[in-house]
Amino acid sequence: MAIAELPRPELRDLARGVIDDPTLSYRQRVQRLAGLAENALEMPDVSAACRQALEERVVCDMFEGNAPYRPRYLLPDYARALQRGSAYLELPPPADLHEALWFLASMYAQVPSITGYPVYLGDLDTVLAPYVEGWSVDEIVPVLRPFWRALDRMLPDAFVHTNLGPSDTPFARAVLRLERELLQVVPNLTLKVHPDLTPDDLLLDAVHTVFACAKPHFVNDPMMVGDLGDDYGVVSCYNSLKIGGGSHTMVRLDLSAVARRHRGPSERFFDDTLPRYVELTAELMEARIRHLVERARFFEHDWLVREGLLSLDRFSAMFGLYGLAEAVDALMARDGHPGRYGHDEAANALSYRITRAVAAQVAQRPLPHCEGFGGRALLHAQSGIDSDVGVTAGTRIPIGSEPGLYQHLRAVAPHHTLFASGVSDIVHFDETATRNPEAVVDVIRGAFAEGMRDVTFNLDSNDFIRITGYLVRKSDLARIDEGARHGSTFLGAGSEAEAHCTQRATKRVVAHERLAGAERRSDA
Amino acid sequence: MIEGPPPGAGRAAAGGLRPGATRGLVSGTIPFSSVDGPGNRFVAFLQGCNFDCIACHNPYTIHACHHCGECVDACASGALTFDGAEVSWDADACTGCDDCVRACRFDSTPKARTLSVDELVEAVRGPAPFLSGVTVSGGEATLQAGFVRDFFATLKADARLGRLTCFVDSNGAAPAEVWDDLDPVMDGAMIDLKAFDDDVHRRMTAQPNAPVLRSIEQLAAGGKLHEVRLLLLPGVNDAPEQLARTAAWLRGVDPDVRVKVIGFRCHGVRPIAGDVPEPTAEAMAGYAEVLRGEGLERLVLV
Repeated sequence: MAIAELPRPELRDLARGVIDDPTLSYRQRVQRLAGLAENALEMPDVSAACRQALEERVVCDMFEGNAPYRPRYLLPDYARALQRGSAYLELPPPADLHEALWFLASMYAQVPSITGYPVYLGDLDTVLAPYVEGWSVDEIVPVLRPFWRALDRMLPDAFVHTNLGPSDTPFARAVLRLERELLQVVPNLTLKVHPDLTPDDLLLDAVHTVFACAKPHFVNDPMMVGDLGDDYGVVSCYNSLKIGGGSHTMVRLDLSAVARRHRGPSERFFDDTLPRYVELTAELMEARIRHLVERARFFEHDWLVREGLLSLDRFSAMFGLYGLAEAVDALMARDGHPGRYGHDEAANALSYRITRAVAAQVAQRPLPHCEGFGGRALLHAQSGIDSDVGVTAGTRIPIGSEPGLYQHLRAVAPHHTLFASGVSDIVHFDETATRNPEAVVDVIRGAFAEGMRDVTFNLDSNDFIRITGYLVRKSDLARIDEGARHGSTFLGAGSEAEAHCTQRATKRVVAHERLAGAERRSDA
Repeated sequence: MIEGPPPGAGRAAAGGLRPGATRGLVSGTIPFSSVDGPGNRFVAFLQGCNFDCIACHNPYTIHACHHCGECVDACASGALTFDGAEVSWDADACTGCDDCVRACRFDSTPKARTLSVDELVEAVRGPAPFLSGVTVSGGEATLQAGFVRDFFATLKADARLGRLTCFVDSNGAAPAEVWDDLDPVMDGAMIDLKAFDDDVHRRMTAQPNAPVLRSIEQLAAGGKLHEVRLLLLPGVNDAPEQLARTAAWLRGVDPDVRVKVIGFRCHGVRPIAGDVPEPTAEAMAGYAEVLRGEGLERLVLV
């Protein structure tokens, strides 16, 4: 129902349902009512074929809403804001750490994104470095603690994300210590890892933090810098984008649905079916980008742009892929091969052929207002929303059928180089790893040396669980009927019910989200 | 019972002076392990053991296959064939169900393969970027000490693999010459001490423990003792008084020794373990208390 504009009687029913739902907080009601209002408008004009692909959910707009009026993800240049102060916020440049933290907290309240909360809080170790020169970890922690608590209470959404690294600093150590102490869902956390700049000892500290609260996520810093330049950030569920820029929108293509619709010999899949749907995806992206930039005119009136903290020329948009596993298995079966993705060399080879074909076409397809990536979309292995049933996220191997960890990493690694805006493969360790954290460090180092871009670990024995990549607490899921302070916990509940991802056996998460009527849902 | 090294194991191939040609009998390999030494490790399990422990968790590694052919009938996937003289195993057809191992009455497996050092080194090459090192385990790896030595030496001499550390996981029964032979290429050893009292040790393994104690002393003196493992079976080798003497002796050998205390688990053991119970969490805590009381600081409880 989110696709087409809503008829009025149904709109009234849905609005009534939101207002009467006792599990929603005031703010959650406001957000959902805004989504209903947006979807009462017509969606941007696209061809009949594009509209049909959207209605059949072969192409999916992530339920972002029919009339995009703010970019999906934006990454304000917080360092610049702190240096120059802000006329809009009526704040001078802060003089010390206390002032800097309050400056940032004030700014976060004024930063939009698809979720209604900021998805990016800055690379805080870098952004706040001028205010903690010469400070020890013990000096930073007590000042940072109330701020860290406030992030979780003020921004109750697990897509809110901050970054650390790649260098080792007392500030990064202080954040890891606080994460282990406070065990909060917010903020989501990424550690940038560089083979020369990130020492083993910092990685070990981060791995101990993973054991406590499933954070941080790890990214291959040299690979990111190679694709996006020095100033990049990881936001929401592992979307890597330019600082001072972001992503207008994300539209994703369900490769499994494309494979199911394919008729005729396998070769025709690459000559005809796949490129046709890739173009339909790009068409919808183009229409949505034009609406945001040319009709809603976000970049002409937003204060972040006016103050030079965002600029249109650092923006692009994300072309998402998912359902690769089912697509490969379906195409293999059509040709009479039993091999499955992740387990069979021929199936893996087919999977690389598919992602490379999409990547090549996307790299040739100009999109307006995407100068942040050479006028092209950024490829993203999309980690799922809660309505996905029987379709595996991104380029992942299906839940429960993952091979041994080494074979698993080997199978997925060749995809990673193609996905400049992120690909999340979530690796599940059992409890024995807690007695040998060096083994986890070895796996991270090896994964990046072998060309992986992103790695996230999950451990069975703590209270946190990764859904599409964001975190929810199992204890919150158990109480979902009473409501939840974090909006993302609702999405996790839908995922858990539909995809039993809390029962994933050994290594891995898949993720899903649920479309609830016309309410706008968003993620990754 | 004592069984010598499998035929041909640990000796250089015909006319071979080249370490890469040395062949060994390998029960299996795993590319990643986080429980066989420091960091993430490739592990090769070598076939054949000279102990017969009641608590053995992988008894199919004790003896070399003598090709009786009985396991072939148990194989549903057709991966095993018997030509009247030898059992052959087709790795590609194998589903890994291990029905053959369960069917074997001789504590062996039809899936052990004779590999050259070069072949084993090739198996390390893929996972190498993810590894701190390699561990040879068993069975009892030191029964094929020449193979182990040449495996380690070949790794150390390789440009890409030379950084990997080389560890041995052993029952400690090997004589001094074996450890001397391995010393130039071995970075550390993990030794199981089944029991400090010789009579208990004999009851558990059918072997005396004097060689084990001597190996621990030798490795500690040479700086190669990474860890001593105490596998504790309630009512068999967990008497507090014996544990206290074990700890006192270990502290005397190496005050900083790392000791891993492993509670017995029934999974995988043979019926001869009888009705030995698994230790409770309280019992494990009690073991740790006794060992710490005698001055062992670096305890790991599993």
